[in-house]
Amino acid sequence: MNNRDFERSLPEAGHHLRRKKGWWSYTHLDAWMLFFLFLLSAFGLFVLYSASGQDVDYVLRQAVRIGAGFVVLIILAQFTPRLLARWAPWVYAAGVVLLVAVILFGVGAKGAQRWIALPGFRFQPAEVMKLILPLMVACYLAGRSLPPSFKHCFISLLLIGVPTVLIMKQPDLGTSLLIAASGVFVLLFSGIRWHYIMGALAVAGAALPGLWMVMKDYQRQRVLTFLDPESDPLGAGWNIIQSKTAIGSGGIWGKGWLSGTQSQLDFLPESHTDFIIAVIAEELGLIGISILLVMYILIIGRGLWMATRVSDCFGKLVAASIVLTFFVYVFVNIGMVSGLLPVVGVPLPFVSYGGTSVVTLMAGFGILMSVYSHKQMTLR
Amino acid sequence: MSRFEQLKDHSQENRTFVFRVVLAFCIVLLLIGVLLGRLYYLQVVQYDRYAAMSDNNRIQLQPVAPTRGLIYDTHGVLLAENRPSYSVTILKEEVGKQLDSTLSELQKIIEISGKDIEQFKKRLKLRRRPYETVPVRFRLTEEEIAKLAVNYHRLPGVQVEADLIRHYPYGESLVHAMGYVGRINIKELQQADPKEYAGTNYIGKLGIEKFYEPMLHGSVGMQKVETNARGRVMRVLERTDPVPGQNLQLYIDLRLQQITEKLLQGEKASIVAIDPATGGILALVSTPGYDPNLFVTGISTANYSALRDSPDLPLFNRAVRGRYPPGSTIKPVNALAAIDSETVLPTHTVWDPGFYTLTRGGRRYHDWKRGGHGKVNMHLALEQSCDVWFYDVGYRMGVDPMSDYLGRFGFGQVTSLDLPEALAGILPSREWKRKTRNLPWYPGDSLNLSIGQGFFLTTPLQLATAATVLANRGKWVQPKLLKGVRDVDEDGFLRLAMPDIPNARPYPEDVKLKHPKYWETIIESMVAVVHGERGTARRIGKDAAYKIAGKSGTAQVIGIKQDERYDADKLDKRFHDHALFLAFAPADKPRIALAVIVENGGGGSSVAAPLARQVMDAYLLGIDPTADKVVASGTDAHE
Repeated sequence: MNNRDFERSLPEAGHHLRRKKGWWSYTHLDAWMLFFLFLLSAFGLFVLYSASGQDVDYVLRQAVRIGAGFVVLIILAQFTPRLLARWAPWVYAAGVVLLVAVILFGVGAKGAQRWIALPGFRFQPAEVMKLILPLMVACYLAGRSLPPSFKHCFISLLLIGVPTVLIMKQPDLGTSLLIAASGVFVLLFSGIRWHYIMGALAVAGAALPGLWMVMKDYQRQRVLTFLDPESDPLGAGWNIIQSKTAIGSGGIWGKGWLSGTQSQLDFLPESHTDFIIAVIAEELGLIGISILLVMYILIIGRGLWMATRVSDCFGKLVAASIVLTFFVYVFVNIGMVSGLLPVVGVPLPFVSYGGTSVVTLMAGFGILMSVYSHKQMTLR
Repeated sequence: MSRFEQLKDHSQENRTFVFRVVLAFCIVLLLIGVLLGRLYYLQVVQYDRYAAMSDNNRIQLQPVAPTRGLIYDTHGVLLAENRPSYSVTILKEEVGKQLDSTLSELQKIIEISGKDIEQFKKRLKLRRRPYETVPVRFRLTEEEIAKLAVNYHRLPGVQVEADLIRHYPYGESLVHAMGYVGRINIKELQQADPKEYAGTNYIGKLGIEKFYEPMLHGSVGMQKVETNARGRVMRVLERTDPVPGQNLQLYIDLRLQQITEKLLQGEKASIVAIDPATGGILALVSTPGYDPNLFVTGISTANYSALRDSPDLPLFNRAVRGRYPPGSTIKPVNALAAIDSETVLPTHTVWDPGFYTLTRGGRRYHDWKRGGHGKVNMHLALEQSCDVWFYDVGYRMGVDPMSDYLGRFGFGQVTSLDLPEALAGILPSREWKRKTRNLPWYPGDSLNLSIGQGFFLTTPLQLATAATVLANRGKWVQPKLLKGVRDVDEDGFLRLAMPDIPNARPYPEDVKLKHPKYWETIIESMVAVVHGERGTARRIGKDAAYKIAGKSGTAQVIGIKQDERYDADKLDKRFHDHALFLAFAPADKPRIALAVIVENGGGGSSVAAPLARQVMDAYLLGIDPTADKVVASGTDAHE
């Protein structure tokens, strides 16, 4: 029925867009966004060389993953949003089943079960859920009249809540909160009424003590350490003290590429993965960080602009949610490493070493380009 | 109708969406602003603090231990050197809880005994500083070092460290003369300057090594190093070189020392020889000795208890700590006291029937010679060591002149410069007896003192010192081991300079006699002891190429009851008399003064005097009596 609305409201839409169609639109890719992602990935590899202790192998392996990520992006961009919307409930259902399976049969490390081992490879169902949850919620809300009613909000929250709780059970508090956020963003962009938002915030505030109760010991420890890292400088507080030292000692101009003493002399833990931002801060200084943040702003700005250009309800909700979730990753990572937020295992998008994160993020941007480039084709 | 509403809703929906996207972007910018603010705070506002923390992380100030000074004998023979040695150490902070597994890993790679582990754990408890490595095993072989190097990466916190370890090439020959160094302990570190000793693992424990510790130790150096998070040094940023310790040259004549030691082999004995011109100690032997090298890196319990429990007391430095009744060797000083205090003249004559009594029919004080020496004056009394003459003059002068003169010869006090373990012995006097025994001085005490028995106790070093003062006719030279500090001047020549020694021990003033001619009177009598027709030590004087002034002594170990006679055959060896001899030569221009004590050796003239003669022959004539002996007996001449 929405299709008809569109036909009536925008009878000339097709012509208008067709005129602007260039070579790029056949690829269903956004040139600017690709350029920004490419730039950021290159910057990431440049830093990774230093952060990995000048190990070319690391850089090459990561470059291959980034390449694979771009392939995934290009493939997903070709899918029509309608296809995505049609598959979303099924993939979501499969994802929930897999999450249950992880809890029952999964393999893990450090007291958490996150992986499903299949012959040949292992994967984290939570990663799939990161992509599919916003699609699912958007798919659900796009078929309703907006702003959503209380009932629709409640069902959406249920859709968000199930995987969130399952992932929390793994336990992986950081990921579960990020996934919940990606779903909640859809709700927020759908025009949910402000008094619902206020009410939800009040409920969340009241639920915080409850959250503390269900946390595992190591998670509580992280929070305590965050509140007072100096209480255990050689143990739990080590990471955060060392990362703050690395950042602070970088100053405005940094110690120079490959010359960061904190990172090169192994004082900084996880320097090539979650804490890589500290390497940038130490070696390239506030200037280097600012350049990186500008790149992120460009990507987010371009992404949000693209979202506003999507006329399809499902598409624009998905697009905005993906972009904002991307920002949350950036913010949580930098906030955590600089001591603003407790330590949660969130990599810095496109810079941290690791394959899963890159591929998932690229897939997200593939979906973004899909809904953007297919904006008028959904009408057909 | 509903469609219209939906249409209206739709455009409303779109406006809401765009509004919220713009709002979201604003929040994004705001939060990025927060991040930038946070980074600005860390990197600009707090820059100094974090830069300092980062430097503290990576830069460590490491002490560089100075090289310990070497010790040479009077001719420049090296007596104490430093040898490179490699040990495997563990850094506790790095190993953490895996200590036991690391140790067992190490045991798989190189040989480490249970004893080593036990000692290591003990050392770990006594660790002095954080981030100080603790040695597990010393003296690694090349092969062991290579094996460890291969496995280095698997063993964080394990290091092979090079160290210079003190080595005494002549082992037990010199241990009582020089002492030794050992691993520094907490108490010593607290007493020493902790900064100076920051990198030092060894400290002088005994003897010369202890006394000249500040000079031998040198001055600590420092290096600024960059370390990684595991404490491994990546590079040296800055370095202040340590100042090596000073090289010392002793008066000890290694050849004489070794000959003397060989002469005393198998005996519990001591010989101290002094150069009267300088006070330099030419030889200081106490047998049996022990190998000081055992103590350097820490002696095993088994080895230590063997040394400690040996009935011959090898750890006991008889030369400076052995307190013996000097017996008749003290008679020249007592005779000098008697004549110079004008109690009697040298011509004073006494009839010696073989005993002396204070009152008619009272307790008999025996002469060593049954039947006595008949009519004796001072000269004869010294030559034949007549006790009765000394009883008589001892009784006449009383304790005070004797104590006074004996004190002026250095008895009852430590006069040596650089022998930190030296004991003062006991010089009895009225006050001493009142203070320590709360008893008055009896005339019988004076009789005992006059022949060097009773309360009087002296060390071999004190006797040799007295011989030196006699040889010098009263002129005091302080007994000392240190000849000087070896230094190379600008022209490359070796120079020897006596250093200033803070709080150097004082020594008595020169002995000034009222009648200086009595020096020669006494020395003539001492010469007669060796060269006189009836001298007690005439056997060693017969073929001597130079004139020896000497005095024998035989000190009783157990009290002999009234009217009982000493019979060596009936007594256990450990109750046999101590044999003593005190001498200097040549008598007119003395070049060596010495004292000999052989515990339970028997007669001073028969046992101790020949030893003295051999030592003097070795020094004055260059004869090595032990070499002949060795060749004759056909055993291996070289050690």
